Formats: sequence, C-alpha cells, structure tokens
Amino acid sequence: MAQILPQPILLTEEIKVSFTSNSKTLKAVDGVSFKVFEEDVLGLVGESGCGKTLTALSIMRLLPANASLSGKILYKGEDLLRKPESELRNIRGSEISMVFQEPMTSLNPVFTVGYQIAEVLTTHKKMNKKYAMKEAVELLRAVRIPSPEIRIKEYPHQLSGGMRQRVMIAMAIACRPSLIIADEPTTALDVTIQAQILELLDSLRRENKMSVLLITHDLGIVAECVKRVEIMYAGRIVEEADVRDIFTNPRHPYTIGLLESLPKKKGQRLTPIPGQVPRLSELHQGCKFSTRCRYSINECNSKEPELIPIDNTNHRSRCIKAGEL
Amino acid sequence: MYKGRGTLNVGHDNSCLNNMKELLKLEGIKKYFSAKGDNILRAVDNVSFSVKEGEGFGLVGESGCGKSTLARLILKLIPPTEGKIFFDDLDIVEAHGETLSKIRKGLQIIFQDPFASLNPRKRIVDAIGEALIVNKIVPKREVKDRIIELLKKVGLNGDTLYKYPHELSGGQRQRVCIARALSVNPRLIVADEPLSALDVSIQAQIINLLEDLQIDSNLSYLLISHNLQVIEHFSDTVAVMYLGRIVELSPTEDLFAEPLHPYTEALLSAVPVPEVDKRKKRIVLEGDVPSPLHIPSGCPFHPRCFKRFKPCEGEVPALKEVKRNRWVSCHLYA
Repeated sequence: MAQILPQPILLTEEIKVSFTSNSKTLKAVDGVSFKVFEEDVLGLVGESGCGKTLTALSIMRLLPANASLSGKILYKGEDLLRKPESELRNIRGSEISMVFQEPMTSLNPVFTVGYQIAEVLTTHKKMNKKYAMKEAVELLRAVRIPSPEIRIKEYPHQLSGGMRQRVMIAMAIACRPSLIIADEPTTALDVTIQAQILELLDSLRRENKMSVLLITHDLGIVAECVKRVEIMYAGRIVEEADVRDIFTNPRHPYTIGLLESLPKKKGQRLTPIPGQVPRLSELHQGCKFSTRCRYSINECNSKEPELIPIDNTNHRSRCIKAGEL
Repeated sequence: MYKGRGTLNVGHDNSCLNNMKELLKLEGIKKYFSAKGDNILRAVDNVSFSVKEGEGFGLVGESGCGKSTLARLILKLIPPTEGKIFFDDLDIVEAHGETLSKIRKGLQIIFQDPFASLNPRKRIVDAIGEALIVNKIVPKREVKDRIIELLKKVGLNGDTLYKYPHELSGGQRQRVCIARALSVNPRLIVADEPLSALDVSIQAQIINLLEDLQIDSNLSYLLISHNLQVIEHFSDTVAVMYLGRIVELSPTEDLFAEPLHPYTEALLSAVPVPEVDKRKKRIVLEGDVPSPLHIPSGCPFHPRCFKRFKPCEGEVPALKEVKRNRWVSCHLYA
C-alpha cells in the first residue's frame, strides 16, 4: 500500500522580496522555499538583516508598500499571492496569526486588552460584543494570566512585558489558527519570563494542534523548541536540516561559524566569523558567504552554489564543499 | 599574568586572585529614588563587593534588578544614598577636583548601545581625540598617531579615522567605544551590556577583543550582562542580583557547577542551551519580578521561590559565606 505523504500546511516556493532605491534593486530575500507540516515547529534562523522577518511578513502579505514580492506561498494548497486583499483579511488572524517581538508596540495603548482580544473575535467570528468579552476572559485564562476578569479591563501599560506577550498570544490563538508565525517572541523578555512564554507556546501548540513558524536568532531556543531548521544568510537559505543535524553535523561554513561563535567555558578561545554581513548593495555573484568563509576557494566567488541534499537525505546545504566539511 | 588563553589553568579557588590588590571596593551601597506619592524605589540596597586587579567580575540579573544603577554609582554619575565606594583606595563618593579626574582616568565605561553612545556629528578622530586632549594624555601633535594606534589595538584600520558613526556597523562602533575607553589608559572598565546590541558572530569578535586587552594591559572588568553564557565565559567571579540585592556571590566555575541560591538555580535552568541531547529540567518561576517600588517583605525572592518555607516571609536573609568563597543570601543555608 502506498504511504500517504503528509501534506505541508504551508509551502513557499522561491519567495523573492526586493526594494528599489536610487534606481538600484536590492534583493532582500532571494528565492526562499520551505515547508511547514501539520503540528510542526519550523525555525527560521539568522542574524539581523538576513531577511527572516521579511520572509514572515511576505507570508502574511504585510510587506511595506515599496517592496515587491514574487514567488508562491501555498497555504493548504492555495496560493496566498493570488488571493484578493479581502480574502486575505479573513485568513490573517484567523487561519494564520502572528506574534511579534515587541509586545508594547504591537498592542494599541488606548484600548483595554479585553477590547483588543474581543475585536479579533467580533471581526473574524462575527461574535457579539458581550460574548466576545466572555471568550476573551477564557483566552486570558488559557495563556495563564492570573485573575483574568480583572486584567481584561486593563490597558497595555498596566501590564509587564511578559503579560503583554501573553496577551499577544491570546489574540493570536483566539480564532484557533492552524499556523502561528512567532517573530522573535521572547527577545524583549528576561530569561525567566522567556522560559514561561516558550513553555506556554509549546503547550498551546500541542493542545490546539497548531504549527509554528518560529523566527529567532537564538541557537539555544532553536535547540530546545524547534524540530526543523532553516539557516538564513543574506536573504537565502544556506542550510536546511533537522535540529539534531544542525547541531551535531553542520554542513555549511556559516552554521559552523555561528556554533563556534557561542560563548564556551572559561578560558576556551572563541572562533568568531571574521568581518561582517555584506550590505545588500554590495553582494557579488558568487556564494554570498565566501568573503567571510575560511573554506572558500576561487570557485566560490564566481558561481553561487545551489541548495543541494547531502547524501540523498533531507539535510541540504548551499556550499560546494558541503561533502567535505 | 594569572590568566591566558587556556594555557594557564586558573584553578577552582582563584587562589592567584586572592593575592591581588582590591582595585574597586563597594561597602553597603544603597541608592533610593523617591517616586510618585511618598513611595521609595530601592534600586540598589546594601550591596558590597570588590573587584581585584586583573579580575573579570560579572554582574548578572534580570531587567530592573539595579545592575545599571550600580554601574552609574561606580562611575559617580549619580551619588549613592548611603555607603562607600573606593577605587584604588580613593573615596569615589567624596572625590572632587584632581582626585576625581584621577579616578575618572582609571575607570572607564562601555555602554550597551553603540549607536547612542557616539555623537553622530563627531568624526571618530574627534570622538577619541577629545578624551586624549582633555586629559592631556599625549601632546597635541601626537594625538592623531595615538588614535591610529588605539584603533589598531581594537582591530580597526586608519580609514576609520575620518568617518562618522553612521558609516560604521554596530560591531565597528562598539570597537570605537572600546578604543575611546582605552585612550586614557584605564585600569578598570565597566562594561554595561556591551554585547546585547550585537549579532552572535560579532559578539564573539568583541569578547575575544576584550580578553586580549585584558591580557595585554592587565585590565580589570566589571561586566554587566543578562546573558549567562557570556558571564560564564568571561568572568572569574559572579554576583547575581535580584531586586537591588546581591543574592549570590561566588567564583564563576563553582556557581555554574552548583548554584546555591534558588534564584540562581532557576536562572541557570531557564537559559536555553544550544545543544541537542542535553535536555535539562527547566525550573519555570511563577509570576513576574515584583516592582522595586513594592519589594516583598522578608526575602525579596520568596513569592516566586520554589523552595520557600516559613522564615522566608519574615526576615531578609543576610549574605553569608556558606562554603569557601561562596556567599549566599538564603534561609536554606542559615
């Protein structure tokens, strides 16, 4: 009997995001393809400016007006880039929702948190206001906010950073979405609060059978929360693998460099990646990492390698020396 | 030199450090701010410790625990409410005039945000040059050569000289800030979250640079950070702060091997480890850090503590040496 292959809930093909400035085109995201399966946690990992947030925003089609976007973004088989704006509004927040990094700037300071959560329900589920408020209390309870009946009447400034992020998560899960995009959800928080939020996201994901696209720069979070990893550099995916392979058998010099940059025990010298991320306007035609790469050879500067599988596995690397590393 | 790049083993008891002179010493430092109404905000409450010559001292804690206030007190940017601070046996709190300028030359700071700590309208040559000229470190005609030398030391080339801060990346700016701090030949550098605005690959470059400088110039560091991995890698001694108090003070290796205070234990367990197969039990603390305006009675940590028992509510535990060189403020060790 033929095995039924699991269907990805989200499949992106060759996402490209570019900006035009002074008649020059800057390619911020260049051909990003990945799949998110049901109840999966996919990590999009990279340093600032690598295009991970733009990739997330393009899935929601929330890019700034001066950006141009191409490629395919198939959500449950339908291309989001071909949908009219009105249909997309129904998907945003109810089918796919997003948790942003900075909970203070993503909540409206002049409305109570209850009102803001209820708004999601009145808009998407056409609930009446009274019922939506009741539901909002339940949602706050679900994200483990103590005495939700009181908290519901408070404004964002009355809550701590961790509480605000819980409110953001309550809004994100209000319509039971199939996919949550969490963009650096704990970067603004302290470690003990970060631990609370990561635990909460994981248990909600299990309870509601959601998939999560987790965007982060923190390799610790990747090791603990993510199943499959996409490492991004200069707008491209440079390595793709299951989380175990990323840490035990990295096959791209950038991934190796990131792991070696992490602080170790006292007295052990770190091996940083030399130089810095190239500007988008200064990218050359070869491998974008070659200028900082200690394994680079002449060939690296002339032709950009493809993202190819290693030993026919689902571990892929964009490096001509991937087999030797 | 007691410390090398893994060549000389420091050993568990920091015995080499024990013989070194105390360079910075804090005695019962308190900083209270008056807040709205008749409230008092206890930002720093009864903190004492010392940093020895050549030592890397790490100060760790979550936001609002008072670690940056402490940095400002040490640099005499704000006066303490109570307590004494000595730098090289000179009283910082009382210092003025020549004594103060002597202290300021020996004691420098690197801030968190390299974007905000450089004047956007000053070229690098002016930003660093000012410190050299004001403090009369070198004669005016040698200023430029000296700046180039300093830039080289922090890994920047001479082209940087006539650039403005906006032309540099975050990592390069942090290097400029370090060069500026080094320009007056300090003996102690207070580094307040010097890495948190930088990406991981750049962080490692700056950590290595700070370590090299420590070896070359026998610098001491007071490193303030919320990043425990950085603290573990960098410091010889660690102090853990919670709500304005030091809850644990210990040699770094011992603290990470066996945290004694429950807060330290929870803090260490909460850090996601970038390794697979090494899943550990995470202690998730209840609730948020209370506001420093309403510090809980007794042990400030007791409402969130998973090991609390009767005496915790009533009495503030004293910071006591419970094992050799290991100071803890917790009733469990009474």
